[in-house]
Amino acid sequence: MTDLAWIDAALTSARPQALGALLRYFRDLDIAEEAFQDACLRALKTWPQKGPPRDPAAWLIFVGRNAAIDQTRRRSRQQALPDEDAISDLDDVEEPLAERLDGAHYRDDVLRLLFICCHPDLPVTQQVALALRIVGGLSVKQIARAFLVGDSAMEQRITRAKGRIADADVPFEAPGPVERAQRLAAVAAMLYLIFNEGYSAGPDAVEAKAPLCDEAIRLARLLLRLFQAEPEIMGLLALMLLQHSRSGARFAADGSIVLLDDQDRGLWNREMIVEGLALIDKAVRHRRPGPYQVQAAIAAMHARAARAEDTDWTEIDLLYGLLERLQPSPVVTLNRAVATSKVSGPAAALAMIEPLGAKLSGYFHFFGLKGALLQQLGRTAEAREAFGRAIALANTAAEAAHIRQHLDRLAQDHPAAGRVAAGSK
Amino acid sequence: MLYTILCYHSEEAVGAWSKDEDDAVMTKLAAVQERLHAEGRLGPVARLVPTTAATTLRKDSDPPLVLDGPYAETKEQLLGFYVIEADSLEHVLDTARELGRANPGGAYEIRPISTFTTGALAE
Repeated sequence: MTDLAWIDAALTSARPQALGALLRYFRDLDIAEEAFQDACLRALKTWPQKGPPRDPAAWLIFVGRNAAIDQTRRRSRQQALPDEDAISDLDDVEEPLAERLDGAHYRDDVLRLLFICCHPDLPVTQQVALALRIVGGLSVKQIARAFLVGDSAMEQRITRAKGRIADADVPFEAPGPVERAQRLAAVAAMLYLIFNEGYSAGPDAVEAKAPLCDEAIRLARLLLRLFQAEPEIMGLLALMLLQHSRSGARFAADGSIVLLDDQDRGLWNREMIVEGLALIDKAVRHRRPGPYQVQAAIAAMHARAARAEDTDWTEIDLLYGLLERLQPSPVVTLNRAVATSKVSGPAAALAMIEPLGAKLSGYFHFFGLKGALLQQLGRTAEAREAFGRAIALANTAAEAAHIRQHLDRLAQDHPAAGRVAAGSK
Repeated sequence: MLYTILCYHSEEAVGAWSKDEDDAVMTKLAAVQERLHAEGRLGPVARLVPTTAATTLRKDSDPPLVLDGPYAETKEQLLGFYVIEADSLEHVLDTARELGRANPGGAYEIRPISTFTTGALAE
């Protein structure tokens, strides 16, 4: 690995802690970011010669803080500039500084940094963009690419978001237990948004958006390292890993969608599955089930099945039942209906989703599933209508193409529209 | 004599490697391992799942206490290990240096092994 590559990795991994601590000192995001930038520039000069410091975050905090204080003095011109030598030799200061920055401080620093990005005044896309920029350290260009917008549009979006949080009251005192739990929940939700922004990409955008999934997983690991006994954070990380493990199997070479049942499970990422399953095991021991844990447990049922036909749909149906109680939503019921159709047949599943029609009238997956269930029941004309609605609501070209395949199959099996041709199979 | 090489590195830094960087390191390590294997000096090798998946059983209380997370909170974490046959400390240090060139950063702790059971896992 080149000097630049390991320094880049070290700076990226130290960023949340270092920037979080600098934000606590200066209570101003712009000053903190500038200080961090200065420290990074100095690291790029110093580290290749001296080797990496034992604690890169502590080094960056110390250097960044001095650089910012230096800047302030320069601006106010009230004091003589400090001697460069006074801050150039840092080896002996690392130890006491690292002690002062104990785990508890780091924890709340990083959490605060993530939490300010979840400000309720910010629209979701701005929250995600801001977190990627500030906490993840992705460049505006990278983020713009992931959101499929131009650089300047993304620059504006991030600047606007920063302006809003600068005006907002950022809580700097250490949070109490209840508040900390609330912040954790908000941050977890935002990390899952980042993940989904990456995961919901169509085949043409997979490459551009994949960094979002990786980044969400990296930040969730960071969060879990700071809050090691939080089962919902374990569940969140497990959920993302198990979903992401299937990335290599979700699209065929021609860009068409490959459904879970048809995926080549040999393409699933075993390392991510192993980690995800281990995290669920850990979470379950706490006996404090939550929505992320249950969703992860559902994803795990698929990961554990060697072949699609080995899937334990009864257990998945039960888990969705639990999820409906923990977090009732029409989308959860819709997902449950897939499991129900496998366990109790398409009629039961259709009865389950029909009441959702009003709430999900703009939802692609509702009409996709409805069409598939009607098709299984031989109600061809209605199936065709549902598929038509689904195509109109498709989010990506691949989704529309997938539904069109269903329609083609219907047309082949039932050449006369709306009439079941006897013996056509 | 048998040694184990315990691999320590900041898992946050390793986690920030891009997939290409990770793959490049693994390819280089595989080349070193292949040669050790050909020399008949390579025992079991393991890369561990990040410490966020770790659980610790504290046996000094009764009943033993189950804790989330790794045994020790350190700046660098135990990320994997090798078991290596070598003639001497210098010999195993050479091997470790070679592995280190393929995978720079962090530290290797070299520990002679007193008892070694290969075990037998069911396929």
